Amino acid sequence: MPNKSGVLEQNAPNANFVMEGKSLYNRRAKPVDVVLKLLINGAAFLCVVVLVGILGYILVNGLGYVSWKFLSTPYSETKANLKGILPMIINTMYIVVITLLIAAPIGICSAIYLTQYAKQGRLVKAIRFTTEILSGIPSILFGLFGYTVFCILFRLQISILAGCLTMTLCILPTIVRTTEESLISVPSSYKEGAFALGAGKLRVILGIVLPCAMPGVLTAVILAMGRIVGESAALLFTSGLAYQMPKGFFQQIFSSGRTLTLHLYQTAREATTPDAMNIAFATASVLLILVFLLNRLAGLLSKTLQKGTE
Amino acid sequence: MATNMATKISIQNLDLFYNDFQALHGISLEIPENQITAFIGPSGCGKSTCLKTLNRMNDMITGCRIEGKVSIDGEDIYDPRTDVNLLRRRAGMVFQKPNPFPMSVYDNIAYGPRVHGVKSKSQLDQIVEKSLRSAALWDEVKDRLKKSALGLSGGQQQRLCIARALAVDPDILLMDEPTSALDPISTQKIEDLLDELRGQYTVIIVTHNMQQAARISDRTAFFLLGEVVEFTETKLMFEQPKDERTERYITGRFG
Repeated sequence: MPNKSGVLEQNAPNANFVMEGKSLYNRRAKPVDVVLKLLINGAAFLCVVVLVGILGYILVNGLGYVSWKFLSTPYSETKANLKGILPMIINTMYIVVITLLIAAPIGICSAIYLTQYAKQGRLVKAIRFTTEILSGIPSILFGLFGYTVFCILFRLQISILAGCLTMTLCILPTIVRTTEESLISVPSSYKEGAFALGAGKLRVILGIVLPCAMPGVLTAVILAMGRIVGESAALLFTSGLAYQMPKGFFQQIFSSGRTLTLHLYQTAREATTPDAMNIAFATASVLLILVFLLNRLAGLLSKTLQKGTE
Repeated sequence: MATNMATKISIQNLDLFYNDFQALHGISLEIPENQITAFIGPSGCGKSTCLKTLNRMNDMITGCRIEGKVSIDGEDIYDPRTDVNLLRRRAGMVFQKPNPFPMSVYDNIAYGPRVHGVKSKSQLDQIVEKSLRSAALWDEVKDRLKKSALGLSGGQQQRLCIARALAVDPDILLMDEPTSALDPISTQKIEDLLDELRGQYTVIIVTHNMQQAARISDRTAFFLLGEVVEFTETKLMFEQPKDERTERYITGRFG
């Protein structure tokens, strides 16, 4: 509430607020500005240096060892001439594809339910809260849960399928949240337009809302994919460390198999051969490149999808 | 002339509530077939709300309920037997802001017919061309049917929305301030288009613009604070308003 004197003060010329001189040219920068600018630039620089440092260290140590032979031969802990990572690449693919096949439909459907059908009340709030909490839980806890429930209770043993089910739990919150956000951001005028033409609710959602939200949904899926490729703790418990070549397409799903991340962990930890560290770094390089390619793919896909709608 | 027109839409004692707030008070209107009826009145007077009750778009607003009766061709549209999707097919709607779907011009028009079961490509082609011609847009877009509708200008987008509404073969067109987001030239084109649609469709247009109501409508209803103050032939209303409030509004003394 401005009182009488306050108003007067505001209207009166303020002795502390008079421009010095009339020139518009910049005068000398203030010391505080200089220090802050240095701090900000320094922080940004530090981030880049750390990132480039890690990437460089891994690639310099690893890339030299990556060859076609490394990528295309099986692995053996005992035979010195069998140090490839083909089984791990295959296992990683298995886990990525099967997990997404399970998690994406469930995640997208629940996001559609939460945003389009559910009455926005306490229940929905509770579900949102839970998904947020779930996405913050350390993955080793998911591993422990997956081991006791899927491997033991469901008698799946330590297997790729048990790993996939566990990973489904890990990534579901991310997929639900990201999909929800992109569904909510679809302008309601599109929906109104479709309803006004006599379209039913399901048709409006499948024909208008979901296609508009597709770039976001895709981003959710690719983010999840990156998470799966990079996961180790949850899989250590559930899909295990076996490195044999798959014997059959479906048989492999029910047997144990180590992924690239676990291979990296195991070779570096055990160091059974003199070149163990080389193998670990080479595996790390392959992982990095894979994640990079997945991210690029995500960017490209959502760009093309957006072009289709704009 | 006005007395022997067939009634298309009959609104009887319509009350509408948003939770505890009553937005419409005892509206009764007999809207004649194949004429253009304008709803005018100051902001917040209930004209858009009243329009939305005619294709039950108000169903989607939580906390909204109505009392009274609205019938189209003698059928109560709030009867439990009413198929809302068929109702909305018969009563097309055009919104204040053009809202084409983010897809091609062709798919925008074909969306409605597809929803209502048209599958044949040749039939869809015919519907798309006919609707775009009726909305005076065909010549401007015939070479870019496969391009995104969002690349059209605002006025073209609004005519596209009119074409989209016409494509499901309605007999009523509900227009909620269809030109308020458009420039004068686009507005002119829409008004010309409405003039061409006169006699084929029962058009109800909500407008803020009294000149627009005077130019294009056959009958006008003046809304004030959720009530209809006066509903008569447009010419009569603008030349000899019966109610003092109508006179004050159309002469610009409040609004």
